[in-house]
Amino acid sequence: MIGFVSYLVNGISLGSVYAIIALGYTMVYGIAKMLNFAHGDVIMVGAFVVFSTVTGMGLPPVIGILISVVVCTVLGVVIERVAYKPLRQASKLAVLITAIGVSYFLQNMALLIYGANTKSFTSVVTVPAITLADGALVISGETIVTVIACVIIMIALSLFIKYSKSGRAMLAVSEDSGAAQLMGVNVNSTIALTFAIGSALAAIAGVLLCSSYPSLTPYTGSMPGIKAFVAAVFGGIGSIPGAFIGGILLGIIEILGRAYISTQLSDAIVFAVLIIVLLVKPTGLLGKQIQEKV
Amino acid sequence: MKVRNFSKTTRSNLITYGMVIVAYIIVEIFLRAGMVSSLIEGLLVPLCVYVILAVSLNLTVGISGELSLGHAGFMCVGAFAGATFSKCVEEVITFGPLRFLLALLIGTLCAALFGILVGIPVLRLKGDYLAIVTLAFGEIIKNVVNVIYLGRDSRGFHVSIKDTISLGLEDEGEVIIKGAQGITGTPNDSTFLWGIILILITLFIVINLINSRTGRAIMAIRDNRIAAESVGVSVTKYKLLAFSVSAALAGTAGVLYAHNLSTLTALPKNFGYNMSITILVFVVLGGIGNIRGSVIAAVVLTLLPELLRGLNDYRMLIYAIILIATMIFTSSPGGQEIQERIKLFFERRKTKEA
Amino acid sequence: MALLEVKNLGISFGGLRAVDDFNLTIEQGELYGLIGPNGAGKTTIFNLLTGVYKPTDGYIMLDGENITGKKTIEINRHGIARTFQNIRLFNELTVLDNVKVGLHNHHPYSTLTGILRLPKYYKVEKEMNERAMELLKVFDLDKEANYKASNLPYGQQRKLEIARALATEPKLLLLDEPAAGMNPNETQELMKTIRFVRDKFHMTILLIEHDMKLVSGICEKLTVLNFGQILAEGETGTVLNDPKVIAAYLGE
Repeated sequence: MIGFVSYLVNGISLGSVYAIIALGYTMVYGIAKMLNFAHGDVIMVGAFVVFSTVTGMGLPPVIGILISVVVCTVLGVVIERVAYKPLRQASKLAVLITAIGVSYFLQNMALLIYGANTKSFTSVVTVPAITLADGALVISGETIVTVIACVIIMIALSLFIKYSKSGRAMLAVSEDSGAAQLMGVNVNSTIALTFAIGSALAAIAGVLLCSSYPSLTPYTGSMPGIKAFVAAVFGGIGSIPGAFIGGILLGIIEILGRAYISTQLSDAIVFAVLIIVLLVKPTGLLGKQIQEKV
Repeated sequence: MKVRNFSKTTRSNLITYGMVIVAYIIVEIFLRAGMVSSLIEGLLVPLCVYVILAVSLNLTVGISGELSLGHAGFMCVGAFAGATFSKCVEEVITFGPLRFLLALLIGTLCAALFGILVGIPVLRLKGDYLAIVTLAFGEIIKNVVNVIYLGRDSRGFHVSIKDTISLGLEDEGEVIIKGAQGITGTPNDSTFLWGIILILITLFIVINLINSRTGRAIMAIRDNRIAAESVGVSVTKYKLLAFSVSAALAGTAGVLYAHNLSTLTALPKNFGYNMSITILVFVVLGGIGNIRGSVIAAVVLTLLPELLRGLNDYRMLIYAIILIATMIFTSSPGGQEIQERIKLFFERRKTKEA
Repeated sequence: MALLEVKNLGISFGGLRAVDDFNLTIEQGELYGLIGPNGAGKTTIFNLLTGVYKPTDGYIMLDGENITGKKTIEINRHGIARTFQNIRLFNELTVLDNVKVGLHNHHPYSTLTGILRLPKYYKVEKEMNERAMELLKVFDLDKEANYKASNLPYGQQRKLEIARALATEPKLLLLDEPAAGMNPNETQELMKTIRFVRDKFHMTILLIEHDMKLVSGICEKLTVLNFGQILAEGETGTVLNDPKVIAAYLGE
């Protein structure tokens, strides 16, 4: 029983990381309607920046994380400006391939700078672990910070979108960018802001992910990136609470699958669950159903 | 006008076949003359594999209009089915070409079967949802293959998903698939000639399919599903048909791939979503729905990183930049304007000369 | 026996009653008009007749067969073909191929025959080409046969949609605002074409139209729809002079 609870806690922890990435992904998808394959690689960049600044230069973790968030935010905006903006009217496939190009670019840039060897990432979390049930259940500091960060981000993001002017502009653009423009919304800056927020979240997720799973390579981000997208789809793409629930559920399923079914099949189980959810509810758990008009 | 147009498509298709045959002859001449580096020589069969994959994926993405990110999964099915068969009958059928031909049939049929099984649920979804679910299926296939153990002894076949010991083989029994270590010692039946023959067969199937009643139905559904239904075209049937033919041909490519390697393992690199994406890049850069373009793009983009090898660590970076630049050049308003200007510039020069 | 008999047809979307207690009888060879203000439920009725929506009440009989709740492709095989209010062509295909897709079910050969280019492929394709060109000639589109459908001007796209629908050899042809976006000359020409189609193919036609000149010019009978319900029906002349109809159109 304690074993199960401890797996559950690990699952929620991993799920919180997925949820943070998925929140960014779902916002970007909602606005740009694109499978941003490079999103996962921004996570990797975020982790590498912290690795360089904290482990390499010996800066305090808080400063390292701040720098990482700034670097990723700028990176996200630059990627959008240079690679995606010219293709707004282009076919979905053209944008997808460009995103793949950006993903290759970031991975190989990291490969050039840091090499292919796995770096061991030193956790930036200083919160002590909590021991429960007479030492049978240990909740690590990383878990505590990750879960709290995820909840704060989710709430802050929901409030931001609901009550701030820019947040509502995001909603408007994701609904109908043409109409939003006519109503005086600055579409370009709204899209840029979305990419900025999504990338900042990716940086935080990268740091938290590597604090819990301390191995870092140029390819660290791609699988979590895909899984976060799966989480976003799972919860209903475009929906903030959906991304949150999808991320947490995905993390729990992955960890429980790994513990009780098979280590090697844990990814397969995650994907199988996604398929089942989409077949039963083609727009995800909290997604809206849109019917084509004849 | 009608007659001329008909011969125009036929001529264009003949050029595609001719291109492949000419390329084969040229490479053979260079090979005979010993002018091909061993690096390039080793790339010949993989090149054929990529070409078949690109052409077959174009059937799904370009002709049927469905974004699939799981093509490598079907290749994986074909590879493992074909290699398993060849391992089993290695001593029974000693005539290589016959054994390989049968392996091709089996690998292709297995992949087709998977295409149907995956296609039935997946094709109900649309757009990005379909893309992510095909990706999921591809990953599942790869992961499952990694935990399969298959052995054979006098009592028949044994399957396990744990390890070799749990197969409970007799002493003289033989392990065929060894989980993550895959299949070792597949007979090396793939040759460049086989690759070319399979490319030609793939082209024949795909091109003739497109230019037939079936192909028209598939493209009609792509262009307007509701209108296609309104004239009595079954959407489910033709989408599934295109998807499973595409999967089957990916299986063929898999068999060719497997018989070119001494050890076949299902890694993220060869059967993961990254491979599916690589093939998709060939299809998109070659031109959606353009079969000849897929052939050319697969060859050029496979050779490009090799040609850039002199640049060492920078080559994949340059590949990435080329990819982004190409998409922006071909698909952005700015890029198209530049294209128009270049066209205009050359046209003006032509008129001046005339 | 009437060719089309619709009784008590109704459909609700959520709480909204889009069509209620709709009845319609069309005899073989009739040119019938369905008119009404925007949002009256005309296109919804077309969607019900062609199986895009499943009715919540009532039934639809075509030539003595019950086709209620059948799928779109089955209904087409039973003999209803249609055009769309917002043109739906196969844009990347040629004009000829658009019509050939319409011929799909009447000129079959197997996929394998197509891939292997067996003699039957050449024979059936030739038949299809001839038949498709015949149809295109009717609509004066034969010279554009090899154009991409999306490259046709608007008026010709509308005609191509009718040609494609006719290729499925329907018993009943549904035209959803065939004159929308046409200038008066084009509309005049379209009226001639519709009459010609009816006479040449002995076709029964039900059309939705806002252009009153077209409606009064070619429709023999009319049903007027308002808020999902029948307001008036009968001979064109009588219906158009009905004070209720005039009120609905001009507003009270």
